[in-house]
Amino acid sequence: MDFRLTEEQRALADTVGRFIERDYGFEARWSMLRSPEGWSRGRWQRLAELGLTALPVPERAGGLGGGGVETMLVMEAFGRGLVLEPWLGCAFLPARLLSALDSGPEARSWLEGIAAGERLLAVAFTEPEQRYERAPVETRAVVEGEGWRLTGRKVSVLGGDAADTLLVTALIDGEAGTSLFAVRADAPGVTRYPYPLQDGTRGADLAFDRVPAQRVGPPGGAGPALEWALDAATAALCAEGVGVMDALVRRTVDYLKTRRQFGRPIGANQALQHRAVDMLIETEMARSMAIEAALAADDDDPARRARAIAAAKFTVARACRFVGQQAVQLHGGIGVTHELDVSHFFKRATVISLTFGDADWQLARYGEALRAAA
Amino acid sequence: MQLIYTPEQQAFANEVRAFTRETLDPAVARKVLEGARLGREDFLGWHRSLHRKGWVGAGWPREFGGPGWDAVRQHIFDEVTADEGAPPLIPFGLRMVAPVIMAFGSKAQQARFLPRILSGEDWWCQGYSEPGSGSDLASLKCRADRDGDHYVVNGQKTWTTLGHFADWIFCLVRTASEGRPQEGISFLLIDMKSPGITVRPILMLDQEHEVNEVWFDDVRVPVDNRVGEENKGWTYAKFLLGHERTGIAGVGRAKRIVKRLWHVARQARSDGRPLIDDTRFRDRLAQVEIELRALEITLLRVLAAEAEKKTPGPEASILKIRGSEIQQTLTELTMLAAGPAALPYVREGEAGAPDVPWLSDEAFRFASGHYFNFRKTTIYGGSNEIQRNIIAQHVLGL
Repeated sequence: MDFRLTEEQRALADTVGRFIERDYGFEARWSMLRSPEGWSRGRWQRLAELGLTALPVPERAGGLGGGGVETMLVMEAFGRGLVLEPWLGCAFLPARLLSALDSGPEARSWLEGIAAGERLLAVAFTEPEQRYERAPVETRAVVEGEGWRLTGRKVSVLGGDAADTLLVTALIDGEAGTSLFAVRADAPGVTRYPYPLQDGTRGADLAFDRVPAQRVGPPGGAGPALEWALDAATAALCAEGVGVMDALVRRTVDYLKTRRQFGRPIGANQALQHRAVDMLIETEMARSMAIEAALAADDDDPARRARAIAAAKFTVARACRFVGQQAVQLHGGIGVTHELDVSHFFKRATVISLTFGDADWQLARYGEALRAAA
Repeated sequence: MQLIYTPEQQAFANEVRAFTRETLDPAVARKVLEGARLGREDFLGWHRSLHRKGWVGAGWPREFGGPGWDAVRQHIFDEVTADEGAPPLIPFGLRMVAPVIMAFGSKAQQARFLPRILSGEDWWCQGYSEPGSGSDLASLKCRADRDGDHYVVNGQKTWTTLGHFADWIFCLVRTASEGRPQEGISFLLIDMKSPGITVRPILMLDQEHEVNEVWFDDVRVPVDNRVGEENKGWTYAKFLLGHERTGIAGVGRAKRIVKRLWHVARQARSDGRPLIDDTRFRDRLAQVEIELRALEITLLRVLAAEAEKKTPGPEASILKIRGSEIQQTLTELTMLAAGPAALPYVREGEAGAPDVPWLSDEAFRFASGHYFNFRKTTIYGGSNEIQRNIIAQHVLGL
């Protein structure tokens, strides 16, 4: 049992921290938000130069093979800076999924492309009738002539607006499990409905009509890899949530010290002090569980991994809601305006709490796992 | 970074478990697991076994006879012994007065008191709170007037936990009334057999005798029994409260109760089905288990940080707040699991206690008593509101 970071991990944290401080001022972020893509290709190149796009790619495919702790350090910093670039959706999640599935030449070239910062992929798994379930229900792939054709719809695809290649889950005849297919985003039959999310990050709904597709991994056998990748992405999101909450606590406490009413700082009021303390407590509990999740992300035992990560996401989702709401409340009138940075942290916290399963869904998953273990 | 035990730590956990199973009196373990009230000898028997093994004084420096465990080993010891049903080591001597004597006491006081604390020969209790001085402890009035090489103590202390078992009491007393209230307080060690001391029971919500009032009527205390300087006792008192908060989280015990609750939820039936199939109950239990895990990792983080800085910081207040809230939730869930079986008031072994066969279900016999009793946890050791004040001031700088 040990909470210390290695030399390399400390260096990574410093590197990302400096990048956030230098390149992620609130004003710079505003201008990116207003740009057509909603983020900056130039900064994506910076991320690549810093080795961050290579981080989730295994060493055998030219990456750095970063684990849960490295991912946590990056995402916590991204949370503090409200980073807009689709690192989680377009680099981490597809890299993790591909590295678990396929070592064929095509998959390897995608992984190398991700590592170099040259390729953006996205993972499409949620369907219109679903909330947080992960297995496909309608999307199907069938063999036509030489290859596969894929038909169906996917929603809430992280980075689905920007990706050049889409990894899509689908059913195939005669196989009960999940299969995975790669589809070129500009292939005939793909329709994209891109949109900004509430927090300014981007996503898309996708429709596929007999789109030429390439199967990745064994037929019907992609489910465990998808779980593995989504569990790790959920752990990453927990760390980002902690970074966001850190920023919210710091800003709120600063505001309590500077805003004056009735001739004294509002932070002199015990009702507000105790609220701020509760924000800190929730953030610290979330930090502990983000550590648990980061370490569990590399656990090969799926049941143990899923349980630890469900517990962490439950904690973080609830904390994000509490800390975000209290930050707005303690800022008073200014807290409900779009111009204040706190509102943007609040919205990111809210999106995090709802992504890859909200608190109720995670709690049900955790309880179910324990019941099953009986 | 790693949360699992190293092979050495796992081996230590196995050693502690084996020793506990071999040594702990099964009758005592049974009482602890059922949640029955423990007597003086129940605590002391286990204490003496541990002392013979050299396992008392976790957190003490080796020079005073501590086992020299790091924070993780201390945690493993707490967790494993709690899981096996060992009684807690009473903290008033080991974790409260002893660190004060080590840090501020004379060599003679260290030689006289510490070995007897370690061996369990002396049972200590705490003389802090007074009827008019709870959260505002510095307003205390119990006074000690100098008379030659003695102090003469007059006044009253209250909420003295297990004071009826105690050989010694450490007391905050007023030795000066000028200046700020904090400036006239001294820290005295008083023999409970001294003439003029009266101990009176206070019954708690569960109608059990756990705490006391202690009255001092012209009690003569040698000046040699003062720790540190006269009128500097407040500094020592605050030092002690910092040590109290890390131990107060109760993680090991809470883990045992969660484990037990899962077991109970599989056995108990509601509408013909196991209670664990009731989503509402299961969610509540799952939630508190997750909260407990978050607390446990936070405790380990605090202990790891303390291992480098040596003294507990104000972050320890977070542990007290969350630990006490979780303990209360667990007593409430146990009561809810019991359902109607939680309603009758039954005292174990008391003459004339009603003999209701289905109440012999050991899981539920003390369910509601504990629920009532545990309302204390958010009040003692500095109420949770005071803890929030401490964090607001010392961590957030408000």
